[in-house]
Formats: sequence, C-alpha cells, structure tokens
Amino acid sequence: MHTETPDIDLIQLVLAGNQPVYAQLVEKYKNFVFTIVLRYVKGREDAEEVAQDVFIKAYRSLADFKGASKFSTWLYTITTTTSLSFLRKKQLEVHSLDNENVFAAADNLDGGMSANQVEQKSKVQMVNQAIALLSTDDAQVITLFYKGEQTLDEIAKIMGKEPNAVKVQLHRARTRLKEKMEKHFSAEVRDIY
Amino acid sequence: MEARLWAYIDGLSDETSIIEKLLAENREWKMKYAELLEVHELMAATELEQPSLRFTKNIMEEIARYQIAPAAKEYINKKIIWGIAAFFMTMIIGFLVYGVSQVDWSEAGNSSSPIGVDLGAVDYSKMFNNSFVNGFMMMTSGS
Repeated sequence: MHTETPDIDLIQLVLAGNQPVYAQLVEKYKNFVFTIVLRYVKGREDAEEVAQDVFIKAYRSLADFKGASKFSTWLYTITTTTSLSFLRKKQLEVHSLDNENVFAAADNLDGGMSANQVEQKSKVQMVNQAIALLSTDDAQVITLFYKGEQTLDEIAKIMGKEPNAVKVQLHRARTRLKEKMEKHFSAEVRDIY
Repeated sequence: MEARLWAYIDGLSDETSIIEKLLAENREWKMKYAELLEVHELMAATELEQPSLRFTKNIMEEIARYQIAPAAKEYINKKIIWGIAAFFMTMIIGFLVYGVSQVDWSEAGNSSSPIGVDLGAVDYSKMFNNSFVNGFMMMTSGS
C-alpha cells in the first residue's frame, strides 16, 4: 500500500541536499497554487509565471520553514504576497465587485454561446465561472476553504486578517456567489434547486 | 438563518442540536438547508486549474541554478543587533543626563536634597561644555 510521505519529511530531504525531491512538493501543490494565482492574475501565461516564481521563492526560503504551520499555509502565504507584488509591478486591474467590465464579461459569457452550448455546461463549470466573477478576496477565501483544505484560522494567517473577519467574509462570499449564479446562470441554477 | 445554517454545514456551529431540531420541524429551514447544501457541495466539487505540463520541469530547471538561502535567524548577526541596542541606550542615557543637568534645582523650593547631595550646587556647565557634547555626538554617530 502506498502512503504519501509527509511534507515535513520531504522538506528535510530537500534541505539535506536532495533537490529532486522538491518536484514531489511542486506536483502536490501546483494546482492549488496556480488556481489561487489565477484568482489574482487573470491571464494564464502570467499566472503560470507567478506560480513558478512562488515555488522558486519557497525553495530558496525553505530553511525558514520551521513547521510551525502547515507547509500549504506557508506556501499559500507566499502565493498571496507574490501575486500582489506582481499586480503592483504590472499595475494590472484587480477583479473587483465594482468593476463594470466584470459584469460585461459575464453577460458576454452567456451571450456568446448558443443555447445548446449553455445546456452542455456542467454545474461545476458554472460554479467556477461564477467564482471568477467574484472579487479577488471572495474568490480566494472560497478557494482556500474548499480546495486548499485550510481552516478559518489558517486562511486568516494567509490573508493577514482576523479569523472572525474571515468567517464573515466566507459567509458573504458564498452569498455573493449564490447571487452571481442566480443572476448570470439562472437556467442552470433552476436545474439545481 | 443563512449564517447559522452555513456554520452548521461547515461543522462550526455551537448549536447543532437546536438546528437539527429546526431542520426536523420547520419546512422553511429544511428548504433553505437543502439549497445551501447544494451550493456547498458544488463549491466542494469545483475543479482546480492546471498549469502546463512543463510546469514542474521548468521549476526544477530553474532551482538547479539556486542555493537554498540560510535561515533568516542564521544570517542576522547578533553583534549588529547588540550594536544598535547599545547605540540607542547611549543616546537615551546621554539625553537623560543632559536633561537633568538643565533643571534649575534652586527653584525647587527645598534646598535640601532627599539624596543628601545639593544638586543645585553642582556646576553642570563644567561637565556639559561644547567638548563634551561634540564628543558625545561623535561617539553615538560612530557606534
């Protein structure tokens, strides 16, 4: 039976000079990191560049990871700060609830598809598209909670907020997500309820 | 209602038995719960984005050029920390002594000092002349 090596053991091996072991950590977390980066950086090419930068930074600072938190929490903190630095550098527009372009994009999303294509969209795809319409913070808190396997306390640490604030934000993010699904994907939502 | 139901769904509620009773007896709560649970399950089922196939290979090629940096604690020299601390301590003590020297003790109303020394009689100008101040400034800026 195959059991997964704990992150801390892999890190110890890397720190001892076994560099190829780092590939296991990259493989394990690349999708999580890439998804979180995509919540900030909208282009896939840019997001991939930032995600690679995250893993390189994490590698270079690996000696600073003392195991006080989960490796994933530490890694997602680097992901958040690296994504924000990238945005500051490029002065890209961050997705915002107030950004009219987001709503225009959402309207075009349905408008550009035939009825048949809309029917073919899976519910999961719909939720992913609805998440893309949320603000960066809302999308990040949902991603970290549902896919990043982070507790509210850990999310608070990653986002630099109080756990209670994160709890409230998660609740509001879900409410807003539900509203977005009802507004932009009403046909699919009717199927769900 | 929604906030309480979300807490229940997340397993963070401290009123589990109350909510379970409401769900069993109240139709409105039951419907709302089913609605939120559906959204919850959909969110849990969302797929993560995948980077390109070369992603890991690119990183491994890149890090081959780098060394792991020593832990921050190891490269911060303790002597520098102590030097900075000594600088500020000298500054604080120096300014305190200079401040005390500026007090006109003769106006205190009581010429007898509680420490048995007539501070008003001490001629501080002899100690804090220009040479002393210049020397003190040179010492603090040099440390």
